[in-house]
Amino acid sequence: MKQNVAALLAGLLFGVGLALSRMVEPAKVIGFLDVAGDWDPSLAFVMAGAVGVTLVAYRLILRRPVPLLAPRFHLPTKRDIDGPLVAGAGIFGIGWGLAGYCPGPGIAALGLGTWEAPVFVAALAAGALSHKWLSERPAPEAQPGAGREQGGSATESA
Amino acid sequence: MENFPFWGALGGGVLIGAAAALLLWCNGRIAGVSGIVNGLLSPVRGETAWRALFVIGLVAGAGIYAAVAPAGYGPRTGFPLGLLVLGGFLVGFGTRMSGGCTSGHGVCGLGRRSPRALVATLSFVLTGVVTVFVVRHLLGVS
Repeated sequence: MKQNVAALLAGLLFGVGLALSRMVEPAKVIGFLDVAGDWDPSLAFVMAGAVGVTLVAYRLILRRPVPLLAPRFHLPTKRDIDGPLVAGAGIFGIGWGLAGYCPGPGIAALGLGTWEAPVFVAALAAGALSHKWLSERPAPEAQPGAGREQGGSATESA
Repeated sequence: MENFPFWGALGGGVLIGAAAALLLWCNGRIAGVSGIVNGLLSPVRGETAWRALFVIGLVAGAGIYAAVAPAGYGPRTGFPLGLLVLGGFLVGFGTRMSGGCTSGHGVCGLGRRSPRALVATLSFVLTGVVTVFVVRHLLGVS
């Protein structure tokens, strides 16, 4: 129960931060990515503010043996820099440049009442479910357990 | 300092970082929005309530801020529907494939000094920049 309250508060703070920084406006995001045009560096300051906090706070928090309200930390366990990481991030960046939304601002923008946000979020869900379907579909020549590697990639993701 | 136009961006970023710190400190979780949403699309028992509440908070937080400080939100007009749908699909597919987005790889992963997160962040910023260049300057769309 307390964990649910903490998650709600974290979501609220995250949503206020996205609105205050104006990252919920796709034109601002595309303005950042438009280095050849009238470049808007705002997003760099958003990232600097956010990563500045996490760099310090995560180091302090992870000195604890366990979180305040949960039995253990759930941290990503993968270490290798592999094809799906680079290609997936690259595909995400193409979509980000086309739409001007990444997942956080796209979902937060549902609270602003524009027509764009629900369309974007529906398309995002369709894309994510398509990848899930493709990666969970057993390969024709698959031995039992051969799909393990791919299935495992969806767990403990950031 | 008064004509420094990025206080909102910096302050908003600090709040996003604080939200990520709160979630790790209390619940031991990474505040990666795509990961949290993917957990809702493939629900696991006992794992959906906190994810749903985080997402509700995300929407409510932006909505409350916009209601309190409504100035400055100019919705785009006439943005091509096809670009929005294709973009959204690729964002959903790519973030699930790479296991994170701007928040999971960017804010949280860089905060953990993760080499994977740095590579992912460089990859999506690079393709985002190239995409905007092609769409806006070569094709003259949006």
